[in-house]
Amino acid sequence: MHDPSLPEPEVAREWLQTMTLIRRFEERAGEMYARAKIGGFLHLSIGEEATIVGAARALRDEDYLISTYRSHGNAIARGTPPERVMAELFGRTDGCCSGHGGSMHMFDFQRRFMGGYGIVGGNLPIGAGIGLSSDYLARDEVTLCAFGDGATNQGTFGETLNLAALWRLPVVFMVVNNQFGMGTSIERHSAVTDLRRKGESLGVPGMRCDGMDVLDTYTVVDEAIRRVREDRRPLLVEAVTYRFRGHSMADPEEYRTKEQVAQWRERDPIPQFGERLQREGVLDAAARELIEREAAERVEHAVEFAENSPFPTPAVRGRIRARRAVPRAVSRMSARRQHPSPASVCAARTNGERG
Amino acid sequence: MSELRYREALNTALREELERDERVVLLGEDIGVFGGAFKVTEGLLEQFGERRVRDTPISENTIVGMGVGAAMTGLRPVVELMTINFSLLAFDQIVNHAAHIRYMFGGQVSVPLVIRMPQGAGHQLGPTHSHCLEAMFLHVPGLLVAVPATPADAKGLLKTAIRDENPVIFIEHESLYGVRGEVPDDEDILVEFGRARVCREGSDVTIVAVSRMALTAERAAATLADEHGVQAQVIDPRTLRPLDLDTILDSVRTTNRCVVVEEGWPHGGVGANLAALIAEHAFDDLDAPVARVSGADVPMPYSKPLEDIAYPHEPQVVAAALATLGRTDGPRTGAVTQGAR
Repeated sequence: MHDPSLPEPEVAREWLQTMTLIRRFEERAGEMYARAKIGGFLHLSIGEEATIVGAARALRDEDYLISTYRSHGNAIARGTPPERVMAELFGRTDGCCSGHGGSMHMFDFQRRFMGGYGIVGGNLPIGAGIGLSSDYLARDEVTLCAFGDGATNQGTFGETLNLAALWRLPVVFMVVNNQFGMGTSIERHSAVTDLRRKGESLGVPGMRCDGMDVLDTYTVVDEAIRRVREDRRPLLVEAVTYRFRGHSMADPEEYRTKEQVAQWRERDPIPQFGERLQREGVLDAAARELIEREAAERVEHAVEFAENSPFPTPAVRGRIRARRAVPRAVSRMSARRQHPSPASVCAARTNGERG
Repeated sequence: MSELRYREALNTALREELERDERVVLLGEDIGVFGGAFKVTEGLLEQFGERRVRDTPISENTIVGMGVGAAMTGLRPVVELMTINFSLLAFDQIVNHAAHIRYMFGGQVSVPLVIRMPQGAGHQLGPTHSHCLEAMFLHVPGLLVAVPATPADAKGLLKTAIRDENPVIFIEHESLYGVRGEVPDDEDILVEFGRARVCREGSDVTIVAVSRMALTAERAAATLADEHGVQAQVIDPRTLRPLDLDTILDSVRTTNRCVVVEEGWPHGGVGANLAALIAEHAFDDLDAPVARVSGADVPMPYSKPLEDIAYPHEPQVVAAALATLGRTDGPRTGAVTQGAR
């Protein structure tokens, strides 16, 4: 018998597929980082897939999602092809930001994934601004603004929740509580560890979901979005989750015990959901294996695609780069000129450009 | 043409753009019921209502960030910050987001946002309300920086700023709000960014002066002509990014001398930048080093006599101009504020 709390079988299968795809993608990205195919910082969301997929599936196509520097999974869940995400990590021209943003700055306007922000707490005001647009233009859209537990200590958390409540903006704030602000545990960084309550004094009531359970996350976020869409008042959802890997790839993880990591890994959202679907007769073992194999193949294709995409050349002025600091490229040479051309050079100066 | 005060010219620009484009929305602290700390937005709430003229809490970083998000998704927000010093609370949103989003997201979106703020000394507001920080903003690729000195430019540049696809830092001057000037009535007369204004013709020395200092420089030029027989060409760049370097270079190639006048700090300032650009492009045309007249290298003092000597006045400009001509008949300027001392 189909468990009535589960979604339709094809929906449940898609959730498992997307969580698995994100997991395999992140694992491959970690390998590519170790092989120096990817530069900079790389923040993986391994362990947080249920939070990502459960929340994203509660959104309509016209709703907005805005996230943090840990956002490869958000982009993939929103529909950005993993090829474009991997190419962005590789710094290639076919990346979703043409190689200009990198791991921390994914963006896909067409799919209303509004980024990818490298500053902790920096995306909250922007998320509220998107909500302001929806409200101002009398549109039915809701913005889901995700950030980490560490961001609840930033000034923008208080400022933005207050303003969103005051102006009744259609925003669901989702704190992805993965237990650590980088290497500082929640008990050591927040006086109030019951994070769903942190918005109460700002006029934003809180809810909580089990971020290791895709169905619970979906159910709670779906309810939050429905209420925000109808009541036009913001809500805060705390998704309780855990990242199995370090904060970034440069993290020796000395701030937590192996036992704690192992304990949380027992609640790994992907096998947990897969086993449940198998138990309920939604999928058999062969179908689960197929999902694994398809995910691995897709990620292989993404790596191949990224490898074959060219590196970008410096952007010309126009779509990507704003106008020149000093316009009109050719300065008229002086009749008195005795000296060679100016010696100062901007890095990556394009032909004939000043400044 | 009408004679308007600088603040009225700004108010007119906002009113016309609010009328012209439904997407324009004003955000800021006390811009509605209070009418604006400097009364620039007076009457706009009454005319356009709370949906379009929005009083905000005192949350600068979030107000600007909301402007960024709204600009990315179809609105054209104009954010007022009460003084330029308060913009420092919003520096994260201005630099990391407003300026960078178009580039770092591969050109998928632009951020047509205007951030208005006044700067400047003269009202004894001390070190947290009086500074001139245009140099901090002109440094940042992705931002445009406008510094209007006259009512006509205040109106024309603000209208251009609101219609531009890029984030614009629009820097007004507290001491200019009450200054009157002729302003075109035509709603479609804009002042293009990147076009300097030649305030006065002259062939002996070029004086480039920013924001309120354009007025100081014009008075200094009158003194130079009347008392010293020196004809100064005075240029107001009007926007610092984009910068109309060609107009400045054309003038320097005629006069072979240049003085840059700014109210901000000397080290790493507008004058430092211009001196470098002039040296790069017109070194052989110079008969003297580029001179800088700037604010003193201190936090703005409160006490009136100290404040008075912490920003430039005509005698310092006159003395600097004469010095580039090798003349020593200039005024003794007391607390000279030239150079990065």
